[in-house]
Amino acid sequence: MYKNNAKAWLYLLPSVLFLGLFMVYPLVDVLVYSLEEGYNSASQTFSGVGLYNYSFVLHDPYFLQAVKNTFILVIITVPLSTGFALLISLALNSIKALRNLFQTIYFLPYVTNTLAVGLVFMILFKKTEYSEGLINLLINVFGGSSVDFIDGPYWAKMFVLCFYTIWIVLPFKILILTSALASVKQDYYNAAKVDGASKFRIFTKITLPMISPMLFYLIITGFIGAFKAYSDAVALFGTDLNAAQMNTIVGYVYDMLYGGSGWYPSYASAAALILFAVVLTITCINLTVSRRHVQY
Amino acid sequence: MKVVLQGLTKRFPNRNRKIKTEVVAVSDFTFEIPDGKLVGLLGPSGCGKSTTLNLISGLEKPTSGRVFFGGDDVTDLPPELRGVGLVFQNYALYPHLTVLQNILFPLQNLKGDKKLTKEQMLEKANEAARLVQIDELMERRPSELSGGQQQRVAIARALVKQPNVLLLDEPLSNLDARLRLQTREELRRIQRETGVTTVFVTHDQEEAMSISDLIVVMKDGVLQQIGKPQSVYDDPCNLFVAKFLGTPAINVFEGEVRDGRLFIDSEAVLPVSGVRDGEVFAGVRPEGFIPSAEGAMKLGLEGIEVMGRDTSVISQSPACVSGRIRSIISSETVIDTEKPYVGFDLKPRKVYLFDRKSKERLYFDIAPSGEGADV
Repeated sequence: MYKNNAKAWLYLLPSVLFLGLFMVYPLVDVLVYSLEEGYNSASQTFSGVGLYNYSFVLHDPYFLQAVKNTFILVIITVPLSTGFALLISLALNSIKALRNLFQTIYFLPYVTNTLAVGLVFMILFKKTEYSEGLINLLINVFGGSSVDFIDGPYWAKMFVLCFYTIWIVLPFKILILTSALASVKQDYYNAAKVDGASKFRIFTKITLPMISPMLFYLIITGFIGAFKAYSDAVALFGTDLNAAQMNTIVGYVYDMLYGGSGWYPSYASAAALILFAVVLTITCINLTVSRRHVQY
Repeated sequence: MKVVLQGLTKRFPNRNRKIKTEVVAVSDFTFEIPDGKLVGLLGPSGCGKSTTLNLISGLEKPTSGRVFFGGDDVTDLPPELRGVGLVFQNYALYPHLTVLQNILFPLQNLKGDKKLTKEQMLEKANEAARLVQIDELMERRPSELSGGQQQRVAIARALVKQPNVLLLDEPLSNLDARLRLQTREELRRIQRETGVTTVFVTHDQEEAMSISDLIVVMKDGVLQQIGKPQSVYDDPCNLFVAKFLGTPAINVFEGEVRDGRLFIDSEAVLPVSGVRDGEVFAGVRPEGFIPSAEGAMKLGLEGIEVMGRDTSVISQSPACVSGRIRSIISSETVIDTEKPYVGFDLKPRKVYLFDRKSKERLYFDIAPSGEGADV
């Protein structure tokens, strides 16, 4: 028996080593960093152990701004992108002609580079001395006055960021939802039709419950993805996000490590763990809710 | 409610767009299903049975022809206005709803003056559940039910709104052999109790024969024969119907009619007056053989299977085109298995002649002297 156990451990050794080195050790290290007060990265010394780093981060106005931005981003983009994706997939599912063409078009953003898309958005939204930007031209046509979306008021910048985020996550959600819709058997619809269910009732009572596992999968991964947003903001507003008031939590972590204010791994670790706690909480809530609603 | 199909035709465009021809699923169907009867649509797979069912339910629109329920033309009505209950081959129970919610679903769709209160709905659902004996499973989900129970739920869901016509698509094909026997009796009982006109589709002739009031035999979208199961069995109109009905299957021989006598393997085996001379197929039901040492038909004996009540004699003949010849005789008859040949006389009522080319039935006059007339 003992011998067998030894053998088993031997077989497990490669994965245990690999996971330990690249997954467990960094995680533990982050926790350790976050508890070391007054850590100096040059001399690799610290003055004490405690929760000061957390307190610093939680009182840092830049962090609070990043938390606010991230939460606004999450609350706006996750429901909207999922809703739009559902509408578009339903439409795709109900047309026969040109379905493949539309599917391809909707999938294009997924294979496009984030920064390239950011550049296109700059052209669309940025107001410079030489041009108003395409969107502003449109606004002007309808009689509105120009807004500086990239360097202007907070709400305008947030609008662009949300717009951009929704646009970039939409293709994946459409892809998942169209296949989920296609996998609902025609027999269910036929049965409902024979039983005289209205289109709306078929949607709410049959289609929606049938694709609910996929829908919840998208919502959960959507939440996690939105909480981890960073590159989108960089693509639109450049690397000095604190100055633009557009930083996200992950952006804050990055800045604390490598940014202009940076080389503070302790603060970065504390911020990262706070983000982890938030994401974990939200995901647990999501799973509890989904378990109540997805029952088969 | 009486269901009448009139010249019903359904053509589908070919899947392969390059081929312009259409697939004819149902071709010029005309028949009447009397009120309150249980009718089996029978045929090999791909013969258009399910399409016919879908045309009756309204899920498919016919290319031409009309469908009448009672006196009303329902051809242009969508399925929900026809008042049909449909049981799908895989039951199509909503997996996220409980049995009760599944049965309530059709009732919750009712609108206008047909709308029911919650209590009325529950009462009707319970009534339907009692009818199919699933009233103890109401809170379960379909995944927690056996195949037979799911089947009952599907029937209850189809019956709960008291449809004019109940349609079942291969209702027993997903059940194991034992449950199938039991469920088909159930089906018969439920149909008798409710008196609802019922059409069911099956490829299993035994199933259709055992419970139907009428069977409709189809082949390649064309109606072959309609009638009471026994009369279709006893009086098939062509070779296909004769071969399709009956287990064990009918034995088919190549034969020839000359001077009012049927020759098989150049031996005169039966007087068949009233048939033109020519080459024929002769079908003999397994129970149509009378063992007799001096019998007109000599067949090479291959073996004997004793199955309790009956004995099957397996024999062969070069004239037989349906493989081995299987004849069922009473187990009291003793066959000498030492001999290489076995002799039979034929019961004229169990022998059917078919034209060699058209495969249509050729009727002959049965000699008044009765069965096993000598030649």
